Amino acid sequence: MKHTLSVLVENKPGVLMRITSLFARRGFNIDSLAVGPTERHDVSRITIRVDCETSPLEQIEKQMHKLVNVLRVSELVPGESIERELVLMKVSAPPAKRAELMALGEVFGARVVDLGPDSIVFELTGPPEDVDSFEELVRPHGLQELVRTGRIGLGRAHRPNRNRPRQHVLA
Amino acid sequence: MRCNGADAILRSLEAEGVDVAFGLPGGAILPLYDAFARGTTVRHVLARHEQGAGHMAEGYARASGRPGVAIATSGPGATNLVTPIADAWMDSTPLVCITGQVRSNLIGSDAFQECDITGITIPIVKHSWLVQDVEELPHVIKAAFHVARTGRCGPVLVDVPRDIQEAELDFSYPDAVSLPGWKPPRRGHERQILAAAQAIAAAERPILYAGGGVLNAGATDELRALADAGRLPVVTTLMAKGAFPETHELHAGWPGMHGPKWSNYALNKADLIVAVGARFDDRVTGKVSAFAPGAAVVHLDIDAAEISKIRRADVPVVGPLKPVLAELARLIEPVPGRTEPWLRQIAEWREAFPLRYRNDGDMLKPQLVLETLQELTAGRDDVVWTTGVGQHQMWAMQYLVCDQPRSFITSGGLGTMGYGVPAAIGAKAARPDATVVCVDGDGCFQMTQQELATAVLEELPIVVVIVNNGYLGMVRQWQDMFFEERFSQIRLTHTVPDYAGLARAYGAEGFTVESEDDLEAALSEALACGRTAVVDARVDPREHCFPMIPAGAAALDLVEFEETVEV
Ligand SMILES: Cc1ncc(C[n+]2csc(CCOP(=O)(O)OP(=O)(O)O)c2C)c(N)n1
Ligand SMILES: [Mg+2]
Repeated sequence: MKHTLSVLVENKPGVLMRITSLFARRGFNIDSLAVGPTERHDVSRITIRVDCETSPLEQIEKQMHKLVNVLRVSELVPGESIERELVLMKVSAPPAKRAELMALGEVFGARVVDLGPDSIVFELTGPPEDVDSFEELVRPHGLQELVRTGRIGLGRAHRPNRNRPRQHVLA
Repeated sequence: MRCNGADAILRSLEAEGVDVAFGLPGGAILPLYDAFARGTTVRHVLARHEQGAGHMAEGYARASGRPGVAIATSGPGATNLVTPIADAWMDSTPLVCITGQVRSNLIGSDAFQECDITGITIPIVKHSWLVQDVEELPHVIKAAFHVARTGRCGPVLVDVPRDIQEAELDFSYPDAVSLPGWKPPRRGHERQILAAAQAIAAAERPILYAGGGVLNAGATDELRALADAGRLPVVTTLMAKGAFPETHELHAGWPGMHGPKWSNYALNKADLIVAVGARFDDRVTGKVSAFAPGAAVVHLDIDAAEISKIRRADVPVVGPLKPVLAELARLIEPVPGRTEPWLRQIAEWREAFPLRYRNDGDMLKPQLVLETLQELTAGRDDVVWTTGVGQHQMWAMQYLVCDQPRSFITSGGLGTMGYGVPAAIGAKAARPDATVVCVDGDGCFQMTQQELATAVLEELPIVVVIVNNGYLGMVRQWQDMFFEERFSQIRLTHTVPDYAGLARAYGAEGFTVESEDDLEAALSEALACGRTAVVDARVDPREHCFPMIPAGAAALDLVEFEETVEV
């Protein structure tokens, strides 16, 4: 099962490696990983998308909690969080095909950020599922290159309590 | 105070109350050794191998309860510390390792003796620091000690580039650490402790399953108070041997792969297991799905990650064991006499299934060596044991009687051959008053025997009793039992090296024992001589350590003495 973890960390060297090694030693592959600054300059947020069962994930979360540089670990629950991803894709676009591609882009709200003699670069930001669909529709046209940021997410504004660390201890 | 980084390290160690550190110098750590030469109250014990230094620091920590300190140079010095670090990680031993690193401007250039030791050790340290600015050095050392000994104890590493050791700073030792992400639990949840108390009072066959966490928490008195208050039997794991007095009527032995049958029965047939600083290691549980099938579980631990990791906890209590156990002992309201039938049942099993071996043939039996050691030290509260890993270790667990906390120091989780001799030296440094005895295997001894030089020259006398079966005995046992006696690469011989001669070459006393007749005299003399002594007890290689729960088998399906040994 896929899970998204949101981890607040002190902005210190090596912290990413300490976290990812918890997955690697158990043989779990990380689907996507996004690291960036937060509202506090000394704190970064790492968003990790991983495919694993719930019980090993709980073990990993608990181990993460114990890392000295980790401030908070929470799981982003679908429906209770906003998740976004950004993609850039370069697609083959001979002049005859351009109009069709641009119309497709428009449906998804993708922007054309570059245009060459026979290719076009789209930018799309949205829920990861939209990015997936767009990618699939564009692929037959000749997808030359693609880069995705990996998903980032936040708990929903009207459910502020749901984004706190999962309680590991029965209270 | 104006000083350089190396001095700052020593002033910091002094401020932490460190009285001894174990290490071996080299290029990248030279400034620190120069600071030692210029003067400090920290005694430095020069090991012959950094692995030895690391295990000495572990032995010191386990004997004293204070973090052990090991020092090594960069590159090979640092990598030689990896085994002790992993060992300390598995056994939750507080250990502070300080390594030299190449100069900051050379890091990443494959400079001479450069090695990414913080990277290598990531999975086996609680935390590590690569110091990049001399000003942070005192804070880092303070934080290192704090992290090593708070929460669940364990190893930390501080890697200090040579130029940082040489750079100057205005030294002052900080009063507090700033570690916003480090929040070990400070108290147990009251309602959970109450639930635990109720579960204990309601149980008919409760048992306390004590692990090494009890010793790390300094909670042995509280454990005893709880056992006494509830009339609860107590099994102690290998790591907890000595955490509950073994002559106490409520002590129910040691569970696990080579634990006595009655102890495994007691744990596996309980209706309530109260795990106290124990982690349901596979060496204790055997096949997990068949482990203690009828038991509910109360799990007390400082580390939330241990709760329900292996066995689901019905009542988890996360918190420091000392106050948690004290509170639990205060809260339980046992029904008088309730556990007496259960205690009688355990006593019956104990009667019916004693440890057994046959003292026949013309060779000395390894079990007899341990029994004799026990007789010679019975009732003494100033003996500290260390062991290697293998059959001799399991016999030591079975036959030695430990009533004192921190009197049995062994490598449990990692099972590190070579641990015994250096750990004994470290324990002696921590407990100069004690008689420290390493029960070693001939294979284990040969992995770290060079530390005899350290014991002799640093005047840290230890007694090493080599249960010399001429083989990698535990491997022999497995090949015999599970690989149809196809013995493969296990023969060491009884005579090469001549251990007594080797001991004498190091300036220690050496004794060779080949029969029962010489055993007691040699052991007594070694124990009494006050010098480092090695007793080479040449024993029957054919002895197996029983009982045994075969790997992956249910604990109750243990193999006993008679069933496999032909007379
Ligand atoms: C460093 C290391 N290498 C290998 C092993 C695997 N091993 C476990 S016990 C053992 C044999 C130990 O031999 P010895 O010290 O003679 O003890 P005995 O079992 O004969 O009492 C071995 C090789 C280990 N535990 N540690
Ligand atoms: Mg042997």
